[in-house]
Amino acid sequence: MIADGVEDEEKWLSAGIAGLQQNAFYMHRALDSNNLRDALKYSAQMLSELRTSRLSPHKYYELYMRAFDELRKLEMFFKEETRRGCSIIDLYELVQHAGNILPRLYLLCTVGSVYIKSKEAPAKDVLKDLVEMCRGIQHPVRGLFLRSYLAQVSRDKLPDIGSEYEGDADTVVDAVEFVLQNFTEMNKLWVRMQHQGPAREKEKREKERSELRDLVGKNLHVLSQIEGIDLDMYKDTVLPRVLEQVVNCKDELAQYYLMDCIIQVFPDEYHLQTLDVLLGAFPQLQPTVDIKTVLSRLMERLSNYAASSADVLPEFLQVEAFSKLNNAIGKVIEAQPDMPILGVITLYSSLLTFTLHVHPDRLDYADQVLGACVRKLSGKGKLEDNKATKQIVALLSAPLEKYNDIVTALKLSNYPRVMEYLDSETNKVMATVIIQSIMKNKTRISTADRVEALFELIKGLIKDLDGTFDDEVDEDDFKEEQNSVARLIQMFYNDDTEEMFKIICTVRKHILAGGPKRLPFTVPPLVFSSLKLVRQLQGQEENPFGEEESTTPKKIFQLLNQTLETLSNIPAPELALQLYLQCAEAANDCDLEPVAYEFFTQAYILYEEEISDSRAQVTAIHLIIGTLQRMHVFGVENRDTLTHKATGYSAKLLKKPDQCRAVYACSHLFWVDDQDNMKDGERVLLCLKRALRIANAAQQMSNAARGSTGSVTLFVEILNKYLYFFEKGNPQVTVAAIQSLIELITTEMQSDSSTPDPAADALFASTLRYIEFQKQKGGAVGEKYEPIKV
Amino acid sequence: MVALFQSQENIVGEVVIEPIHGKKVEHNGVKIELLGQIELYFDRGNFYDFTSLVRELDIPGELYERKTYPFEFSTVEMPYESYNGVNVRLRYILKVTISRNFVSNIVECQDFVVRNYTPPPSINNSIKMEVGIEDCLHIEFEYSKSKYHLKDVIIGKIYFLLVRIKLKNMELEIRRRESTGSGPNTYVETETLAKFELMDGAAVRGESIPIRLFLSPYELTPTYRNINNKFSVKYYLNLVLVDEEDRRYFKQQEITMYRLLEAS
Repeated sequence: MIADGVEDEEKWLSAGIAGLQQNAFYMHRALDSNNLRDALKYSAQMLSELRTSRLSPHKYYELYMRAFDELRKLEMFFKEETRRGCSIIDLYELVQHAGNILPRLYLLCTVGSVYIKSKEAPAKDVLKDLVEMCRGIQHPVRGLFLRSYLAQVSRDKLPDIGSEYEGDADTVVDAVEFVLQNFTEMNKLWVRMQHQGPAREKEKREKERSELRDLVGKNLHVLSQIEGIDLDMYKDTVLPRVLEQVVNCKDELAQYYLMDCIIQVFPDEYHLQTLDVLLGAFPQLQPTVDIKTVLSRLMERLSNYAASSADVLPEFLQVEAFSKLNNAIGKVIEAQPDMPILGVITLYSSLLTFTLHVHPDRLDYADQVLGACVRKLSGKGKLEDNKATKQIVALLSAPLEKYNDIVTALKLSNYPRVMEYLDSETNKVMATVIIQSIMKNKTRISTADRVEALFELIKGLIKDLDGTFDDEVDEDDFKEEQNSVARLIQMFYNDDTEEMFKIICTVRKHILAGGPKRLPFTVPPLVFSSLKLVRQLQGQEENPFGEEESTTPKKIFQLLNQTLETLSNIPAPELALQLYLQCAEAANDCDLEPVAYEFFTQAYILYEEEISDSRAQVTAIHLIIGTLQRMHVFGVENRDTLTHKATGYSAKLLKKPDQCRAVYACSHLFWVDDQDNMKDGERVLLCLKRALRIANAAQQMSNAARGSTGSVTLFVEILNKYLYFFEKGNPQVTVAAIQSLIELITTEMQSDSSTPDPAADALFASTLRYIEFQKQKGGAVGEKYEPIKV
Repeated sequence: MVALFQSQENIVGEVVIEPIHGKKVEHNGVKIELLGQIELYFDRGNFYDFTSLVRELDIPGELYERKTYPFEFSTVEMPYESYNGVNVRLRYILKVTISRNFVSNIVECQDFVVRNYTPPPSINNSIKMEVGIEDCLHIEFEYSKSKYHLKDVIIGKIYFLLVRIKLKNMELEIRRRESTGSGPNTYVETETLAKFELMDGAAVRGESIPIRLFLSPYELTPTYRNINNKFSVKYYLNLVLVDEEDRRYFKQQEITMYRLLEAS
């Protein structure tokens, strides 16, 4: 049936076009022979085709456009006719003799256009007459098209200021009156359209109506182009009249479209000055109208206007734009109890953007908006609506983007409260956004209060939110998040050590709540921040003011000690060990022997009790050795204990090569260059010899297990150590020892049982080259090396 | 082309009689009559002369050659206009009769037309009325005048108070009612002279639709009331509303037509 309907419509349209063309043909003939009577007759017949009720608006438009073109020619003819002496007034009467109203009114508008141009009557009178007479068409589609024809032919003939049709006084009023009236009537017809025809076709009709909306909106466009409408007139006449029509028509489609139209066609400046009136209309609209979109666009326009020039900002203040918008939004939300939460958030989000643009200095405004948002959200629990959530993220991101400074956003007390309504996933996203903003702008967070506030904001990242932890968090995402938190912690800084200490305490308080998964990420930056502070305090120590300093390195170390304990409890022993060593070094620099000793002790305990993986052990032992080597704070006894332990651990590593390397590394513990009391050549040699033994053992084991002695790398490495200490002047390292080691290596390399190892060969070769080089250097060094034969 | 006169005018002219060349005409006198007649078609052949004036032009004698007789009817009372209707005709004629013995009289007639002009009426009230069908349709209409001259314009409006039926359109008709005869022999003939569409589509409550109907294109006459007790011609405006099922709702109002002297 429907397919038939479409087909039929096509048929009717082509029939209509055919009829129209036929009559247009006769009309042209009459025009060519200057036969007025026939011209009128055939033009009326031609226009009769527009009387059809069978076409949809879309098809009707096609027919209308053809008629429109023909009417242009007729208009030309009328113009010539008046030049030939036919009185325009007579013509104006003559066309009204037509019996059918629709052709009559089309002709009347056409002659009317010529009439105005002739200036034989004031434009306003002709226009008034035309717009009145058009009331005769009450059929919505036909009426809309007729009136749009009227609007079309009259738009360049309005008695506007500066126009050639300008009348005496108050001429613009007439122009405005005319357009307003045409607008009102068209809107009525348009709204009425929905009630025509059977209810089951309502949807189709609404679609058709929507297609016609620009015919109605065009009037507003024409209004906006009337030069003579100044602000006062807009305020007193135009806007109230248009709004009256919009509100009274009680039609969802029309109200939405027209409000949007008003906002789009009239200048921003006018909107600003008439904000009361404009906003006053919104709560009166039908509850189903999509007000949020319209209002958002208004605010967007005003924001852009504010951004366009600083000169206009005082206007915004003068009219109290913010409070008006805020009130209006409140009222709209009240008036539309069914508005989904998405709408509410969208509105507030637009308002926030607006206030950020217009009143960047008024943080209290932004906070008010967020507060209002919180009030609306309260009692609804976490948001489930995906779009609404996104909108909140946009809402919350706006201040960040605007101020480029989280510090400002932190002053918004309602900010975290809004965040609470996000689900934990989005909360995290938002927190990430905040952190990224900080990173991007390199914002320095410099007080403990702000840190506190910031942690409140990003708590989604800092700890598991009330039991909603789900196990499916992607590992990579999680790492990413935590890394960003770690980076964030580095951004907290204050030159004032007192404050910095407070910051550290605050951070510590928060991150300790983070649970075992987060600590490995968050503790290190905290430790390093603290150590930085320690170093800073050191620098200040020379400064004699410090009478009763509450922040001392000691205190910090205590704090660190406690913090690190949590890490070892998780357990994350490797990390904890590294950090202990870092702390120990820092304590060393502060000459705090007991503290340093304690840190070392903790590190050793960890090594002994927690680190069982052999590879981890190797790494750990090298770290320990490296750190210990640099420690100078320890007394002989403590140092002995620690070095003894370290050497002991080294010798107990699982794999022989590891053992060997750790042991020869230990040799450095007994030889610290710039400290004479720590040069124990004998023990160095002991270590090296022990390393050699282990290397030997390693070879034998290898021989036994695999049938080959394996690489000589270890020997070459030990040779290098020998050379090092030889050069440093360790008397225990003799030329003979070196000589024999070289020979040993050479022999080994030539032996059949050794496995060829290019890396080892290369290392050995370059070692030999080095010796050669030192020899040739001459001087003291050359002499020293001279006895070594390669 | 016919001559046009109005009441109280002098009808002056001459009658020229020219016998066929070389023949004489013997007669019992020549006279001219001015007759106002009403002719009813259903009463064929019956003329009612409401006016009859006679002038003797010549005494009995003989005519040999062309002879001219001037005549004059001074300030002739011609109260009625010439009218050519469906069932009735009112006409004025000048009738010249040459009476003869033994043979039939020679009679020659000449029609002329009388139109009488009326000054604009001093009282000309508007026609205003509220009509309706209960709970279906209530309208109020107004025509600015009740008396119109023939080239007048009907201005008015229709105000819709209640619309519960699906209207399709609305038109205004001008109807002429010619009634002839009297008593049981009255014949009434109604013609629709104009159909003028006023509204396309359905108005809703509160709408007002303008009326502007130029009368000049239509062939109207003044209203004739009871002319010589023989006939009347009356005019009516008929407002017709048509609904979607082509049912017609109408209201008829009499208007008075008069002839206004055109300023030329």
